Amino acid sequence: MKNTIKTLILATMTFTSAQAVEVDEIIDGYIENTGGSEAWNNLQGMKLSGEFNQGGMKFPFEILSLKDGRQYMKFTFQGKELKQGVFDGETMWSTNFMTMKAEKADAESTENRKLEINDFPSPFLNWKENGYTVELIGTESKEGSDTYKVKLVKEPLTVDGESVEDISYYYFDTEAFVPVAVETEIRQGPMKGKVGENKMSDYQEVEGFYVPFAMTQGLKDGPGVTMTVSKVELNPQVSSSDFEMPVETEVTTEKNESAEASTENK
Amino acid sequence: MKSSFYKKTAIILALGISSSSFADEAVLKGDALFGNMNARQIGPAVMSGRINDIEVHPLNSKVMYIGSAGGGVWRSQNGGASFDPIFDNHVQSIGVVKVDPVQPDKTIWVGTGETWTRNSVSTGDGLFRSDDGGTNWKRVGFENSERIAGIEINPKNRNELYVCVLGALWSDSDERGIYKSTDDGNSWEKVLYIDNKTGCSDVIMDPSDSSVLYASMWEFRRTGWSFNSGGNNSALYKSVDSGKTWYKIHNGFPEGKIGRIAVAVAPSDSNIVYAVLETEKDSEKGLYRSNDGGQSWNHLNNDFGLVVRPFYFSRITVDPRNPDVVVKAGVFGSISRDGGKTFKNLGQMHPDIHDIVFDINDSNRMYVATDGGLYRTWDGTNTMEIVANLPISQFYHVSVDNHKPYNIYGGLQDNGSWYGPSSSPGGIEARDWESIGFGDGFRVIKHPTKDIVYSEMQGAENVWRFNKALDEVKTIQPLAEKGDPKLRFNWNAPLVQSPNKPDRIYMGSQFLYRSDDTGDTWKKISSDLTYNDTSKQNQENSGGLSKDNSGAENYGTIFTIAESPLDEKIVWVGTDDGRVQVTKNAGKKWQSVESNISGLPKGTWVYHIEASAHDKGTAYAVFDGHTAGDSAPYVFKTTDFGKSWTSLVTDDIQGFARSFQEDYKNPDLLFLGTERGLFITIDGGKNWSHFTNNMPLVAVHYLELQPQTNDLVMATHGRGIIIIDDISPLREINADVLSKPVHFFTSKAKTINEASGFGGYSTEMEFVGPNPNDNARIAYYLQKRHIFGKTKMEVFDKDGNMVAELPAGKAKGINIVNWNGMLKRPKLAKAKTFAFGGLTTPRAPAGTYKVLFTKGKESYETEVVLKNDPDSPYTDKQRTELYKTTMSLYEMNQELAYLVYKIDAYLAAAESDAEDNKDLIAQLQSLKETLVITSGDNYVGSAEKQLREKLADLYSKVASGFAPPSSPEKANMKLLSENLEEAEKTFEKIYKNTISEFLKTGKSIEIQSYEDFLKEA
Repeated sequence: MKNTIKTLILATMTFTSAQAVEVDEIIDGYIENTGGSEAWNNLQGMKLSGEFNQGGMKFPFEILSLKDGRQYMKFTFQGKELKQGVFDGETMWSTNFMTMKAEKADAESTENRKLEINDFPSPFLNWKENGYTVELIGTESKEGSDTYKVKLVKEPLTVDGESVEDISYYYFDTEAFVPVAVETEIRQGPMKGKVGENKMSDYQEVEGFYVPFAMTQGLKDGPGVTMTVSKVELNPQVSSSDFEMPVETEVTTEKNESAEASTENK
Repeated sequence: MKSSFYKKTAIILALGISSSSFADEAVLKGDALFGNMNARQIGPAVMSGRINDIEVHPLNSKVMYIGSAGGGVWRSQNGGASFDPIFDNHVQSIGVVKVDPVQPDKTIWVGTGETWTRNSVSTGDGLFRSDDGGTNWKRVGFENSERIAGIEINPKNRNELYVCVLGALWSDSDERGIYKSTDDGNSWEKVLYIDNKTGCSDVIMDPSDSSVLYASMWEFRRTGWSFNSGGNNSALYKSVDSGKTWYKIHNGFPEGKIGRIAVAVAPSDSNIVYAVLETEKDSEKGLYRSNDGGQSWNHLNNDFGLVVRPFYFSRITVDPRNPDVVVKAGVFGSISRDGGKTFKNLGQMHPDIHDIVFDINDSNRMYVATDGGLYRTWDGTNTMEIVANLPISQFYHVSVDNHKPYNIYGGLQDNGSWYGPSSSPGGIEARDWESIGFGDGFRVIKHPTKDIVYSEMQGAENVWRFNKALDEVKTIQPLAEKGDPKLRFNWNAPLVQSPNKPDRIYMGSQFLYRSDDTGDTWKKISSDLTYNDTSKQNQENSGGLSKDNSGAENYGTIFTIAESPLDEKIVWVGTDDGRVQVTKNAGKKWQSVESNISGLPKGTWVYHIEASAHDKGTAYAVFDGHTAGDSAPYVFKTTDFGKSWTSLVTDDIQGFARSFQEDYKNPDLLFLGTERGLFITIDGGKNWSHFTNNMPLVAVHYLELQPQTNDLVMATHGRGIIIIDDISPLREINADVLSKPVHFFTSKAKTINEASGFGGYSTEMEFVGPNPNDNARIAYYLQKRHIFGKTKMEVFDKDGNMVAELPAGKAKGINIVNWNGMLKRPKLAKAKTFAFGGLTTPRAPAGTYKVLFTKGKESYETEVVLKNDPDSPYTDKQRTELYKTTMSLYEMNQELAYLVYKIDAYLAAAESDAEDNKDLIAQLQSLKETLVITSGDNYVGSAEKQLREKLADLYSKVASGFAPPSSPEKANMKLLSENLEEAEKTFEKIYKNTISEFLKTGKSIEIQSYEDFLKEA
């Protein structure tokens, strides 16, 4: 049995390295390897729970994304939950750290977020139907091992009033056919023009899907924030109130936490 | 079918079978060796460096590019406020950048190889294009062009383009002239070629008629000892049929030889053409203007600014909106507002101006490329401001000292000499660098024990000994004495510290000088060690049509000196004319040994000799033949004082070699700096690997290894100082290590840093060099990239308590994981707002910690050691007191958190029936309001601090410091401790009197144990 497995691996390696690979094969391989297109297409949502680790500081998080585009990211700090990047399909909002109140994202960011609705769970699923273009740039060494560098172009974004191409580069491991890094040029703010990088690893199986349980995000070649996933929930139960932007009410005296919570959850 | 293959691969890998059963063959080269070991680019940008070319986007004034002399291509997307490098994977010497006029956001062309042909220029290797705005690049030919000076694209037909190839500087070459493509660069036709000595120095397309082109052709040549500009083949040509035919347009130009010609067509009136000529007679040099498209010319001006150093300054720019506003590159740069009749200097900035461009919308806004970076003006060059974030500085040399943190010393092309720290609070800022010499700077050396720094300027015209403590400077260079011939010092003259005697330094002209008293007196310890070929010592006549006797061509000189670290009497010397000399008796007798080297062309410049730290008879010699047109790398090793030599060159090495460093510990670990970056061997030169992790393909002129930190410090000629922090893992790599799935490298004890953390206040657009990571370092080799399965890296104290969890590295090769030596932060009580003191983490005490790396089902173990700073003013007793106090406060914060948790739990239960539980609610609420903030926000709307906030603040103050707790801190702690105790008593009372009654109503309230409560985040 052992020998059979070895032979199979060797055959696979030979197969992948001896032939020129087309970009479609890489993407198909990725989708197949991680669950298959049918299963991915049937998936309605995913909730990741875990911890952010930035320079030793850890913060528990929960990230929820749904097929219909709704999403939120929730941090817990000193017992309080803070929501960031919440999108209910129309409005995107975050909690202001100073006032702890919800504030809307700027209009461009919200419109750009709407363009990502069709990217669940991966922009490579149904990329053709979405009108995206993909291109194999070549083979490139990434942190010591070979990868296929694939360029993905999605719908143009609007940044500072101008239309800009939405380009990212995915690095697929040449043996495992899963992305190990994504690079995207930062499009606004003081870091505009620099390249952001998200490295993925620790892929694990969750009910037939392979999901990266570790992701490190930062500037290319710089230190990053690592997100370690401890739990992945598929098709999670949600309530519309999870995404609704809280309506601010005038509270003259807030006597206790539970009173405040019920106000915010209206 | 394929899908099933993929799936099986993934699953098999996921099972973790691959790493052990399918081990990669142990190879001792490749970038897999380096994994995620990254270089650190610290600049500086304070003096920046030479820029060859500026290119603006034709439609978007926010976007512009610069092509630097040795630091690659940089792009700004904010109107020149800041720049980012976009060409790091390719040769960094740039001739021209050109944006496609039809699709400017997509297609960008880069012609490599600097075209202002000074002695120190690097070389290019072809024409590159990007079709995605500069993210990805591919080479499209002209591999042997060495330098590309211009690119023109037809704005009406972007498939039609012209490339102006200047060609080789140091040798004959057929790859010169003008090449045309009509198929978007897929194929090229040479449409103008003169001979193998004459290249194209500029091509200009008439902006109103793309079939009209102007081309200046230049006959030029440089050798190690001279430069020639001009000849009978230099000329200005015009084509009116899209490059099919060309004719000279010299009507009005003088007869005789011509040198470099600058040419420009006024964009707003293409009949007006300007040309700047280098001619035989000084009176005929300078600016010519044509009002009829070059059919006739009038000589207008031969001011200094117009005629100075044509090889360096042949660029002329016309205001796109006014044909009479003309700007000429030069030492200071010149601007005319009367069509070229008269000029005045540009505003104050770094001298040596190479290119000027106007903003596409506003002629008052201009950008100027200099030897000292990029400048911008908003008022037509009256006032200039430097772009402070372009770390394209061109170091010739680097040395380091033994301070903590160590300092870095070096000299730069046209930017003097500097020293600065390898680490500084808030990052390494411009203001951290100190100027320590004028002119062009080269070797800068710190005295090993005294507060003295030596620096020099070109040709050792001045060698300074600077006493930092006294702020005293003295010139100390050896000078000719009676009976001496003229001393010949190289442009980059060797100034070397003895590794054995602190007060001993060496200098070399054609003779070797030694001083044993820090330069007060010198002893000549050799005869002329060069070939002393007098035919190559005629620098006074160097330059061609424009005399250029700057000292840059000084020849027949000593270039490298190395005293053996093992024996002060063994000294090696290498000369620019190819001699390798060695003495074993401190200069009494010299032996030339270069003839023992086979495979090395005679006369090849000896760029560096490294005397081995492991064996007296062993030395390494690096030779550079590029000034003779030979770009092969030459690296040789001798183990018998030069009697025999072995080449260490393999096909892995790219670019001609200049610098070398032997590891102090492992004689098989060697570093080689070439014109294309850094190469490392771990097997004594049998295999070399190109180090490219955050390391551009930049020329590495000098290498130094800092002995305390094991940092490899590189002097790059275009990207400043680049450091690889602590190369010690490379010492341990061998075939055995490579055959293991995981191998931990020896980790150095981390000294707990007691610095204040204050510092760092650069302006937003200033470059700040990153600091080294001073955390405890866990370095390990992974045989294969980790993709599938869980990984975990945990740190345990001596009692087996898990004190930290770290994100593990997953790269194939060397992984560096850092632990900041901090424990987990305390769990704080929940409140309305945050207590920022609770973000503080306590410091782990000095000691040995176990690191457990779990990868799938396997786990691997190593240790890290934290140690106290031996220079710390605090005693162990004081540290123990601090740690105990910190942890007491830590515990008090958590106890309070638990108390508030219980209060909240009972409150929530009571509020489900608020009417019946008014009293309980009131009691609990009243207590809670003294414990945590229940209103306000996290900024200026905050409420009065309660016990939680006070406790967190005190904990943070104590935990963040290094001194034992102060008396106010102790008193405050006593107060807060009593408050906490009181609160607990009050709660117990409420529990006894009211809660217990409430619970009798049948309410089921689950209260976690203290331990379980702490486990939750």
